[in-house]
Amino acid sequence: MSTTADSGVLVVTRHPQPGRSLARAALDTALATAAFDQPVTLLFLGAGVLQLLPQQDSAGVGVRNLRKVIDSMPLYDLEHYYVDAEAAEHFGLTAEDLPSGAMLVDRDAQRSLFDNHQHILGF
Amino acid sequence: MPLNYCLLVLAAPVSGHTSLTAARFGAALLARGHTLERVFFLDNGASNGLASAVTPQDERSPQQAWSELANTHGTELVLCVSSAVKRGLLDAAEAQRHGFPAATVYPGFTLGGLGLLVEAMQSADRVITFGAAG
Repeated sequence: MSTTADSGVLVVTRHPQPGRSLARAALDTALATAAFDQPVTLLFLGAGVLQLLPQQDSAGVGVRNLRKVIDSMPLYDLEHYYVDAEAAEHFGLTAEDLPSGAMLVDRDAQRSLFDNHQHILGF
Repeated sequence: MPLNYCLLVLAAPVSGHTSLTAARFGAALLARGHTLERVFFLDNGASNGLASAVTPQDERSPQQAWSELANTHGTELVLCVSSAVKRGLLDAAEAQRHGFPAATVYPGFTLGGLGLLVEAMQSADRVITFGAAG
């Protein structure tokens, strides 16, 4: 993953899970891109930061626990990803809640991410 | 300068007009001399390829709108295989594998993996996402 100009694909994920299948589709797309050795950056934006909540238990609603998928991302060389700092604060996520690969980014840094990628996929 | 486009469709055909807008966008860019090699349908977007969907007579069928692009310009219409089978969209091979009597994918659409999206993004000058609302 890289943040230099034209550095591949930016996957933006804006919705929590469970409740929508879109979050899973965004992660699958990021993982598939990485699996094909293509540069990919993942940005959790707005309510999408809720995917990072620790100790999620989605067994009761019968869907897969997305945090487990997120925690497996280093296996795909997706070791770092960006998290909307304002949204994290809004939803009460502290640095302790976030996985070790999470990097908080403010609005200016988010704008740079949007500027510096060749393709942007909005989920 | 002609550009090579790739479209990613996340919206279901029944949840608004996003899918029809995407198909019109595809037709418009082709009419201007650009190329559209592949459209990838992911998540709820995969249901755009459902053969047994019946569109009211006074509305445009998304299945037909997309399949016209495939017929006229050779655009590949790829439904994400895991999104598709989950929603009951099966080609002949998947129908046989899962023990269903018939395929349910509209002519012109095929099933494929996310690798086909990755490949299309690599060669595309522009990738446009037609997302789910909200």
